[in-house]
Amino acid sequence: MMLPEQAVLPAVEESGASSAIESPVVKRDGAAVVLGGLKKSYGSQKVLDGITVTVERGETLAMLGRSGTGKSVLLKLIIGLQKPDAGSILIQGQEITSLPLDAMNEIRKKMGFLFQNAALYDSLTVEQNIAFPLQRHSKGTEAEQGERVKELLASVGMEGDCKKMPSDLSGGMQKRVGLARALALEPGILLLDEPTAGLDPITSGEINELILKLQEEHDMASIVVTHDLHSAKTIADRLALLHEGRVLIEGSFEELEKSEDEFVAEFMKRDA
Amino acid sequence: MSPDAGPAATIAPSTFPSVWNLINRFFEWFGELGLFAWQVLRSAVRRPFEGRELLRQLDEIGSKSLPVVALAGAAIGFVLSLESRSSLVRFGAKSMLPAALVYSIIHETGPIVTGLVVSGRVGAGIGAELGSMKVTEQIDAIEASGVNPYKFLAFTRIMACILMLPLLTLAADFCGVLFGWIAETLVEPVSFHRFVSQGFIGAKFGDFLAPTFRTAFFGLIIGMIGCFQGMNTKGGTAGVGISATSSVVLSSLFVILADVVLVKFILVFFS
Repeated sequence: MMLPEQAVLPAVEESGASSAIESPVVKRDGAAVVLGGLKKSYGSQKVLDGITVTVERGETLAMLGRSGTGKSVLLKLIIGLQKPDAGSILIQGQEITSLPLDAMNEIRKKMGFLFQNAALYDSLTVEQNIAFPLQRHSKGTEAEQGERVKELLASVGMEGDCKKMPSDLSGGMQKRVGLARALALEPGILLLDEPTAGLDPITSGEINELILKLQEEHDMASIVVTHDLHSAKTIADRLALLHEGRVLIEGSFEELEKSEDEFVAEFMKRDA
Repeated sequence: MSPDAGPAATIAPSTFPSVWNLINRFFEWFGELGLFAWQVLRSAVRRPFEGRELLRQLDEIGSKSLPVVALAGAAIGFVLSLESRSSLVRFGAKSMLPAALVYSIIHETGPIVTGLVVSGRVGAGIGAELGSMKVTEQIDAIEASGVNPYKFLAFTRIMACILMLPLLTLAADFCGVLFGWIAETLVEPVSFHRFVSQGFIGAKFGDFLAPTFRTAFFGLIIGMIGCFQGMNTKGGTAGVGISATSSVVLSSLFVILADVVLVKFILVFFS
């Protein structure tokens, strides 16, 4: 079934790599996130210049691109931390760009966000960090919330570290706690900003495996911003490469590898 | 421009834009502060009311400021007593010392010293803490989890400052009077009861009320400026430093300005 907004945007086939020239829009019934013609500038600097992407329920999309191409900005637009200059953002079918704060906060409960540096609250312990969203939004009792925190800590392999402060944790451990906090409200959409940045290859691999495991368990739609191609290959169903504010190409890892576009080939070769 | 146009003409082109920029930035800052205050006020009237965080801030801002405020009050009382004594003795008005000390502490010294000490300790603390949270994306994380940071971070701190400043002022007043008595009794022994009785001769409840509650307004200034500077931090650790420093400088400055205005206001409406 097509959504009303689809009429104004050209649709393309659902599979296969597509280029920016075609302005790909795939709107299918049940899409978790639909971005349409998203634009964002800071002063005279144009960061995003018409991003159009769809992420299905249960699907993982990796957003690739060079540093400073607006990948993290894109995630902040989706979670409503920043407002786009133009374009639309549909979260589970609801347009969010003009929502008032209270309604936006309701939408935010459906999304989990792992920040690049985990952004754990440094005055709270590990378990208090995870309990933070639960205390504010969960209807469960304090005991039930405590159980949920234990469950989440176990799922990221941090059962024994619940009383530690964030400053006592390594980068990888902080990412794990950040991931557990992002999953606290059982979101339908998970946004991951550079989940493996700054980690050694072994810890990166562990984080990738953890993300895969959690995605299987929770059946969420995920958008992963990364320039780690290995990570993208491991955890993503589909990849989109951002260049000069637009999605230059999107498709499977193999499709991007086969692309004859000079920039795509260069990017895939350098990061491989 | 002709070479003999004079220094004024030479200075003007470069001076006017910088003065204009300064004025512009000043009004811009005020405008942004106004918008920030409106956001905080709007968030304050909506559920949930973050009572637990407010209690934590009352402890952080109130209880933990008590020792330094009490010490400042004590020092002022002690010095004021020693300094006033010699002047009053010279004019044969030694018996007026307790009343002069109590009046001075309650009306002006206690409130302004408390305001300035708290703006130093709490203003810097709020500016640095929120600034650090801003640059490490913790404020974004709070917002991303569907919690309003204007309420959770700003309103609770501002409210705690408003509620605690009058109480801290009372503590400073008490320590000031107590140490004023100690200073006096070291020179010429007098019972505390007699000192206090003489000090409060002619004093009415209203004499306490307006000056003490004036500090609630100081609390509003300290909390609002600290939160505003902290939550608008830009850059890394240097930005956090700037936020902490500017919080102290601006809140101290506005506390002094507010003191001048409020003293006049109190004299007109409460005397």
